[in-house]
Amino acid sequence: MIADILTGAVRSGTSVLFATQGELISERAGVINLGTEGAMLAGAFAGFATTVWTGSPWLGALAGGIGGMLLALLHAYLVISRGANQLATGLTLMFLGMGLTSFFGRKFVSESIVGFNPVPIPLLSDIPFVGPILFNHDPLTYVSFALVPLIGFLLFRTRLGVIIRASGEREDALFASGMNPKLVRYGAVLAGGFLAGLGGAQLSIAYTHSWVENMTAGRGIVAVALVIFAAWKPLRAAIGAWLFGAAQALQLTVQQQGYPISPYFLFMAPYLITLIALLAVEYRKRSRIPEGLGKVFTGSPGGAG
Amino acid sequence: MTRAKRGLFGALSVTFLLGFLLSACSQPGSGSSPGGGSSSDGGSSSGGGTSANAGGSSDGGSSGAIGTGGTAVGFIFVGARDDYGYNQVAYIGSQAVEEAFPDLKVLRVENVPETAEAERVMEQMINDGANIIFPTSYGHLDPALNVAARHPDVAFFHQGGLKTAENLGTYFGTIWEPVYLAGVAAGKMTKTNKLGYIVSVPIPQVLLNVNAFTRGAQSVNPDVTTTVVFTGSWCDPGQQANAANSLIDGGVDVLTQHQDCTKTVIETAERRGAMSVGYHADASSLAPEGWIVGSIWNWPALYVDMVQTALDGKFDGSKYDGKFRGTLADDIVLLTDFGPNVPDEVKALVEEKKKALLDGSLHPFAGPVKKQDGEVVFAEGVIPTIDELESMDWFVEGVIGTIPK
Repeated sequence: MIADILTGAVRSGTSVLFATQGELISERAGVINLGTEGAMLAGAFAGFATTVWTGSPWLGALAGGIGGMLLALLHAYLVISRGANQLATGLTLMFLGMGLTSFFGRKFVSESIVGFNPVPIPLLSDIPFVGPILFNHDPLTYVSFALVPLIGFLLFRTRLGVIIRASGEREDALFASGMNPKLVRYGAVLAGGFLAGLGGAQLSIAYTHSWVENMTAGRGIVAVALVIFAAWKPLRAAIGAWLFGAAQALQLTVQQQGYPISPYFLFMAPYLITLIALLAVEYRKRSRIPEGLGKVFTGSPGGAG
Repeated sequence: MTRAKRGLFGALSVTFLLGFLLSACSQPGSGSSPGGGSSSDGGSSSGGGTSANAGGSSDGGSSGAIGTGGTAVGFIFVGARDDYGYNQVAYIGSQAVEEAFPDLKVLRVENVPETAEAERVMEQMINDGANIIFPTSYGHLDPALNVAARHPDVAFFHQGGLKTAENLGTYFGTIWEPVYLAGVAAGKMTKTNKLGYIVSVPIPQVLLNVNAFTRGAQSVNPDVTTTVVFTGSWCDPGQQANAANSLIDGGVDVLTQHQDCTKTVIETAERRGAMSVGYHADASSLAPEGWIVGSIWNWPALYVDMVQTALDGKFDGSKYDGKFRGTLADDIVLLTDFGPNVPDEVKALVEEKKKALLDGSLHPFAGPVKKQDGEVVFAEGVIPTIDELESMDWFVEGVIGTIPK
């Protein structure tokens, strides 16, 4: 039963995980993107539609990433180039993503695809207990395993990472050293959109093999919240995403035991458990918000920053 | 900086709340025009035989009888029209109305949430000339009752409701009859003796189906249990996939559901080698290996007849002015064809039970019927009324699951 819950955690947490990693890059560079939900939907839809057209889930995954990236591009343009309020713009884009994908997705609801299926990794998947939990998933899930250390490495061990973080902490310093923080932020927001889109695509073409309007059902919002409660740390955000998945699996497992607990209470459990766990971590170890997060960078020396 | 952080958290909690709202109710639909890639085969299995009283629709009456004098008929759906499920079959019914009454405009709005938004949509339809309205989702009942009170001359046909009004009748079918028969097939087919039922919210129709399915399975296999999982939503593919996987992990080998969109659960079961029992629409094409059978609605002839009755000014006092319930015998609810892997003796057994249901010698809820805790609800020899069945708020013995109180 525990193995089932942990397997379920990875299954249903992966799409959220992608979105958290994307949002984390974006926020580290100083841009909060509440439109992640919209980007996930764009990715779920673009990925599904492309898989229908081409028959290739890999192309679908790529298209999903690009779909998310396009929506993020709009966000980047409005908040970086036009100085719009990040929170308001993000919310607007969330609704834009819902509307656009519902509209264009209409005729895809009944389509069937051959998407990603679980591919057990030889040898590793035979390890008792751990094998089925970690090594019997769809290819995108394996990508997500590799992604977390990769992003950790990128942000904290490379020059590019320093530049990204500087653009979210001390954009003036970055500007003074001859680099353009706006450009860095554009890159980070686009990367974030790509990963959110990939997460959406994982949901539509790998996990459910379905497209239905608003199918992300709040997962993008959970991802944004997770990044903040995970104190902008990639591994913690990933654990948060898996925890969210685990709580969903746990909720379903508890229902099947027939305990007299209201399912309505159980529906709340994933959010509650994730919040409590991450707040507990946060409480013990206060973390620092990227200083430039949410601020508008004008690029004019002495201008209203 | 702390202030900035506080502001951020404030904004986030607002977003979080918004998210909850959004995941609870879906977007008001944008496109309602027919045409486009309407889906291939699901559910259209018996759309043909609409009763042929098409001809001259009587709008000259204008005697003020309920439902007459309109230029349009309005349909509101809670989901998308091609969901391999509830909304798809209702949509097919609306197409039959369109064909039968060429003079009437058919107005459709999909993805109408079960809120005051539904009232707004219905008011708009009445403005646009509709004097007959079909609110097709269970949760559209209260908004429809409100609108009905404001427009006593408009006829409302609500799908599945338990309350009626002067100008609002409800129609439904005894879908639990084919569901019982599907349970018989499932009880025979299961190897693990564990059946899984993925449901949305604990309303009587849902509980009635779960109980009928379980009673059917138990009638041929006393060791069988049905594990029920609530998803809290009519169509959330992510949660459906979670539920299906979780049930299969728990040893269930036949999955059925009471959801509006049925595709994800059936496809997930198929990929994992579990068997499927369908609901709402025929989705056998999605599960070439594991399809057992399904219970479906056959609305076209009924919808056409209801519209005709209203147009003729005969709504008041007709069988539709109240709670109309079509049955297996009326062909309002049907059992689909069996999947290729169902053995002949199972098919024969189901056919035999179906005959018994039709000639009245078998009733799925003939006593004794016991609740989960063993309490007897219907004593030996008692046959419950339809009202008793439709107000069910308990599970029968053999169901594993908890109904929120």
